[in-house]
Amino acid sequence: MEYLLETREITKRFGGLTAVDKVSIGVRPGEVLALLGDNGAGKSTLIKMISGVYRPDEGEILIGGKKADIGSPMDALAAGIETIYQDLALAENLDVGANIFLGRERMKRKLGILRVLDDAVMASEAQTVLDRLDIHIPSLKSTIKTLSGGQRQAVAISRSIYWDAKVLIMDEPTAALGIAEQRKVLSLVKTLKEQGIGVIIISHQMYDVFEVADRLAVMRRGVKVGERIVKETTPDEVVGLMVGAETVGKKR
Amino acid sequence: MPHEKTSTDAAIPVKRKSKGSLYNLGVLVSLILLVLIMTILSPRFLTVGNLTNVASQAAISAIVSVGMFLAILTAGIDLSVGSVLALSIMVMGIVSVNLHLNPYLSILICLATGTLLGLINGLLLTKLHLPHPFISTLGMQKMARGIALVVTAAAPISMFPAPIQFLGNNYIGRLPVSFVLVAVLYICTYLFLTRTATGRYVYAVGGNKEASRLSGIKVNAILNMVYMMSGFTAALAGIVMVGRVNAAYPLAGLDYETDAIAAVIIGGASFFGGVGSIGNTVVGVLIIAVLRNGLNLLNVDSNYQTFAIGAVIIIAVAVDVLRQRVMMGGKK
Repeated sequence: MEYLLETREITKRFGGLTAVDKVSIGVRPGEVLALLGDNGAGKSTLIKMISGVYRPDEGEILIGGKKADIGSPMDALAAGIETIYQDLALAENLDVGANIFLGRERMKRKLGILRVLDDAVMASEAQTVLDRLDIHIPSLKSTIKTLSGGQRQAVAISRSIYWDAKVLIMDEPTAALGIAEQRKVLSLVKTLKEQGIGVIIISHQMYDVFEVADRLAVMRRGVKVGERIVKETTPDEVVGLMVGAETVGKKR
Repeated sequence: MPHEKTSTDAAIPVKRKSKGSLYNLGVLVSLILLVLIMTILSPRFLTVGNLTNVASQAAISAIVSVGMFLAILTAGIDLSVGSVLALSIMVMGIVSVNLHLNPYLSILICLATGTLLGLINGLLLTKLHLPHPFISTLGMQKMARGIALVVTAAAPISMFPAPIQFLGNNYIGRLPVSFVLVAVLYICTYLFLTRTATGRYVYAVGGNKEASRLSGIKVNAILNMVYMMSGFTAALAGIVMVGRVNAAYPLAGLDYETDAIAAVIIGGASFFGGVGSIGNTVVGVLIIAVLRNGLNLLNVDSNYQTFAIGAVIIIAVAVDVLRQRVMMGGKK
């Protein structure tokens, strides 16, 4: 099957440092690609190029097989690429509905000319998407501040889904969560997969990767050092790739 | 694997919400108590004349506090409001009194001056990337005051035309125009913050700048706008002040930022940003106004008043810190 999203030999340099060096990855519909690597391997920089935060110095990004010009986070969002950052990028002082619609609010007309926030519609739409993913939040009126880590992650995921994510990028989605909540987030990832969404997941947790991912790509010092089908590899081999203990295997 | 229900941590939000409104109620009760105490201590407090005096002083402070509230809502601050007020009205004095420009045009020039100075505050923060608006607006405080003193060689300007005095000096029936202005300004600000997307972005930027940016919100534009609004309201307060005293003087608005900060924080806004409502700011403004007036009536030395306002600010911010810790439920 064709890639939903693909990078071809993209490179990003910061001054003299090459943070990402000619990396090619891709994700298909309904597939979970895990991106692994030690700290400083270039995973975040790679993700930030895909999500429009950085512009690649070289190489290209293809969406649905067509070359895409992603110059800003808005471009990425418009192309259906949603990113959930590690700090979740939620405004903790706003409620669930406001966060799901943040930056893309629903408006209604008052007195014919004034455009005002339509909180009622936003709340009911938020409820619909939460139900679709089988997520339960005590009250949509509660601010994010009052939610648990898992609930926050669930709100962030719902937000992406509401906006018709074709590709969802998740940066360490289970970091800082309790065991039970980690499992819930992983089950959510499986739900997304069933709905035909391509998921790229950055994780340090080998358990997560082997639990949900179909394929994995390993980065080290800005270079992709290997790619494996999850069923055909072992945690030991993956760790070996991450730290550079094994010979660099090229397998596509 | 079956879908599991994703987290239900019961009714914690309800409990926390009531803590917030409990604080707001407390502030209102403090104001009522303060009024009662002053009534008992001074027979002159609860007279029409005195209350009118309190209210018209509060009107100026209330207008300045709108801009301060917006700045603090974005986790910033505007230390330049008093000086921006002074420079704006000096400019208005020069164009209307000295150059005999049309008074309405002069009012527009005054408001434009304040807005422009606010824009500079914003740009220092967003373009020059000064680390905190504390720095940019402190610099602006000194620069604007300096220029306000230089333009007329420190001399006041008086004899303003009637249209300029209208806002600060006239009545609609028995109601001072400045009260109507304050009411309209607060209602507009309330509607802006709660009903428009841009208003929501002000809260979002205050809550999490990075999240706002990643959501496609133009954070810098929001910050520039907020400081422009603060400059605008400072200039507007200046016009009311000119109407009251029929003069513009370069030391006008001295220390106004202190009262405004105190009012906003007492009104429940948080220095950490993203939290607060404009309605409660009025209560904060009134508390400060009653406190100042009461101390005056009791013939308390103005130096002690300065001390008292300083103490009030520290107490209010300490309460804010405490409140944040309670809200976080001991986390952080």
